[in-house]
Amino acid sequence: MTPVTTAAPRAATKAPARRVYAASVLLLSVWVLGPIYLLFVNTLSSPEAVNSFPKSFIPQFDLGSLAFFAKFDGMLAALGNSVIVAAMTMVMSIAIGAPAGYALSRFEFRGKELFRLLILLTRAFPLPLLALPLAVLFIRTGLDDTTFGLALVHTTLAIPFAVLITFSLFSGIPIELEEAAWTLGCTRLTAFTKVVLPLILPGITASAIFAFVISWNEVFAAAVLTIENRTLTAFLLQKLGDAPIHLKFAGGFILVTPALIFIFAVRKYLFAMWGIANR
Amino acid sequence: MAEIQIKNVAKAFGSYTALHDINLTIADQEFMVLLGASGCGKTTLLRIVAGLETATTGEVWIGGRRVDHLPPKDRGIAMVFQNYAVFPHLTVFENIGFGLRMKKLPEAEVKRRVERTATLMHIEQLLGRYSGELSGGQRQRVAVARALAMEPDVILMDEPLSNLDALLRLEMRAELKGVLAESKTTAIYVTHDQVEAMSLADRISVMHQGRIVQADKPVAIYRNPAAEFVAGFIGNPPMNFLPADPRGDGKWMVAGQVIDGPTHSGALKFAIRPEDVKLGDHGLPATVRLVEPLGAHLLVTCDVGGTLFRAVLDSDLSLKLGDTLTLTPQGDRQRWFDPATTLAVA
Ligand SMILES: Nc1ncnc2c1ncn2[C@@H]1O[C@H](COP(=O)(O)OP(=O)(O)OP(=O)(O)O)[C@@H](O)[C@H]1O
Ligand SMILES: [Mg+2]
Repeated sequence: MTPVTTAAPRAATKAPARRVYAASVLLLSVWVLGPIYLLFVNTLSSPEAVNSFPKSFIPQFDLGSLAFFAKFDGMLAALGNSVIVAAMTMVMSIAIGAPAGYALSRFEFRGKELFRLLILLTRAFPLPLLALPLAVLFIRTGLDDTTFGLALVHTTLAIPFAVLITFSLFSGIPIELEEAAWTLGCTRLTAFTKVVLPLILPGITASAIFAFVISWNEVFAAAVLTIENRTLTAFLLQKLGDAPIHLKFAGGFILVTPALIFIFAVRKYLFAMWGIANR
Repeated sequence: MAEIQIKNVAKAFGSYTALHDINLTIADQEFMVLLGASGCGKTTLLRIVAGLETATTGEVWIGGRRVDHLPPKDRGIAMVFQNYAVFPHLTVFENIGFGLRMKKLPEAEVKRRVERTATLMHIEQLLGRYSGELSGGQRQRVAVARALAMEPDVILMDEPLSNLDALLRLEMRAELKGVLAESKTTAIYVTHDQVEAMSLADRISVMHQGRIVQADKPVAIYRNPAAEFVAGFIGNPPMNFLPADPRGDGKWMVAGQVIDGPTHSGALKFAIRPEDVKLGDHGLPATVRLVEPLGAHLLVTCDVGGTLFRAVLDSDLSLKLGDTLTLTPQGDRQRWFDPATTLAVA
């Protein structure tokens, strides 16, 4: 194996940097995956095992805690609300965010950079500050305690991401492709549907799913603005406040799992949001 | 009938003026080549005709119709883009057929035209591929085929053969010229390859810094450049220039020799093509500085009165550095330029 000997010195100089890198990756992974794994184990353990000590790190596959939720009163309705609100958020944030992203990438207008900055800054505005005026406004307009009202709030939370993701998607498509379509008999609209849309559809889907997850995970606005029509997060927050610990674990598990799956599915496109090329 | 008229077109990008007051008429079925150095505004002019860029001022007419307010699709044009713009999500077949399907032609006709143009461009065996699976030259031919398949009144081509090897380029050039003549298409063809321009064009427009310096038949451009820029840009090697002092009565002193020229007040520049001088008994005294054998000819770089001067001479001559020659300019090939205006003086 002669090549190894020639490669060895180079590998040696790189080794410390590689080790630091590997250690950082490991640390971050443990930081994120550790709690999730514990959640997973405790959800699938019997109540006794959850409360006993020392802890087991191997799940017993006891479905008791999860089964409890299946029969829990109001649980299914809350789940339904969560899906409805998240779906509405998804549709509205793409319907509003994608055209904005397109305009940002294709047109020159005054204040464009400021506009981009402002979009990001909306995320810096603390929701609790808005909660009271929003609640009052919603009660006045009759939007309080409706899934639509909550979806509106979630949409404002999701739009910045929708705009930034779609902006970077559109920017990745050379304008010449659209122009070629125009010279081949397309209007702006047909060029968009026949050329741009097929090319960005995967990215748009990802951005939509991301909006879905933002809404799914949101608890503050949901808790403040709804009473009867609670989403799952708000519902669990309220009901599990003084529930036994094994049920808290199971509730957390139910909340985390769909979000995790969705984010995993669209991870590639989340990089695109920061302008890092993904192809 | 698709005559193109470009009237007083100017284009500014912010404070930078890319085109100054362009006036150009391209006759129906004419093959017009836009020739000029990189950045002189060829693509910009083409895009204004296509409707992809709006002129700051001026009008564009195609086939007797004013089109500058119309979107590209209503101008009766097809365009080949400098960077191809082949749709990555469609196969070669779908790319070439894209415009035809937009026109809602029957599928049999789409198939016929796609196959015909693909065969013409030698890409018929690639019809099922995606653009990611093509080489640069193949992609470029897809772009040309896509425009040809439209059978437009006007075809605009932005360096459509730039990425092909020399042999294929020669072949495609001939094919293009043949097809466009047969289909009676008016063509504007952008290139910075002057050999290509000469061989393809009915007329050449030489552009320089956002202006059309001269628009004429290839031979006329070569023989009678209207400005110093054209004389120095066209031809390889380009024209020679020597300062000329007036001696009155249409006589001029060039490198110590008196030569007959135009009557004109003030100094002029004397110009002659390298191949238009012969070895003779009287004429310009030249000292050989460099000898480059080109096979058929000898390219000799000399010093004439302190100015570099190139001559194309017979390859049988045996010359060495420092030799002194007498170069006789062919009388009917002498040209004169006014250094103040840089324009030709008759
Ligand atoms: N969108 C634009 N904004 C600002 N300046 C531009 C724009 N498009 C072109 N220009 C400028 O206008 C000038 C002409 O550009 P153009 O693309 O027409 O050149 P060209 O003759 O096609 O050159 P090449 O042979 O390199 O393709 C260049 O100096 C270019 O920098
Ligand atoms: Mg160009």
